[in-house]
Amino acid sequence: MLRSIFTAIFLFALWYLMSGIDKTLTLVLGAGSSVFAVWIVRRMDEASNFKCLSVHLRPIEFGKYIFWVLAEIAKSNWTVIKIVLSPNMDIKQKMYEVPFTQKSDLGQAVFANTITLTPGTITVEVEADHFLVHGLSYSFDDHAALAEMDRRVSKTEGIVDL
Amino acid sequence: MNIFLDLLQVIAWICIFSGGILVIIGALGSLRFPDFWSRLHAASVTDSGGVILLLLGMGIHSGFNLITFKLLLIGVFLFITGPTSSHAVANAAWVSGIKPLRNKHKKPGIDK
Repeated sequence: MLRSIFTAIFLFALWYLMSGIDKTLTLVLGAGSSVFAVWIVRRMDEASNFKCLSVHLRPIEFGKYIFWVLAEIAKSNWTVIKIVLSPNMDIKQKMYEVPFTQKSDLGQAVFANTITLTPGTITVEVEADHFLVHGLSYSFDDHAALAEMDRRVSKTEGIVDL
Repeated sequence: MNIFLDLLQVIAWICIFSGGILVIIGALGSLRFPDFWSRLHAASVTDSGGVILLLLGMGIHSGFNLITFKLLLIGVFLFITGPTSSHAVANAAWVSGIKPLRNKHKKPGIDK
């Protein structure tokens, strides 16, 4: 119940920030529609007993992680830009396997998306305990860098009850 | 105070300008690179660095109001959907059997 109230307040805040109109009628309509949306979601949850709204992430750790990822994006952008602008493009393509240690689906999705988000590496396939990653300028250090990223993603994971 | 606001505008335009250059570099890379897989990497320069710098520049340029919040939301959405779509493209290529080039366009002797 408490969760539904928070969801409704969050939806209303989002609605208000998107519209920015503060007339009474529109505010009432916005509040009404966010409560209505939460009511529909609750009914759908009753119809299926599948927990779809379970996010297991530590907020503070995840905030730190975002800043670390932004720095990594800047670094790998620079690497790829140098390759694009150099006269003989020094490409060393390679497919390699990257093991992951996250337990939840969300953690694995965050790790895979971060690999793809940093230029120079793309997650191609997800296997049982590793990703298949395609690297643009492969060097042996990439394994250590991706293991570091894996460790940091695992730190943002909260307690998972599987 | 006025000088501070001017400085913010200068920073905003530097961000927008360099973001635009990154987008052009991404396009140039996807023209120059030899095969499908490396072109995918060139496009991701546009996807990450270009988008971050452009949105940051526009956010600073507009000052701190509702527009900044909307730009932040756009950034969050692009951060989730961008990698997902490039993963979908890469996975489809892998499943349908496009293999990376074996670096044969390079001159011999450069390999470390």
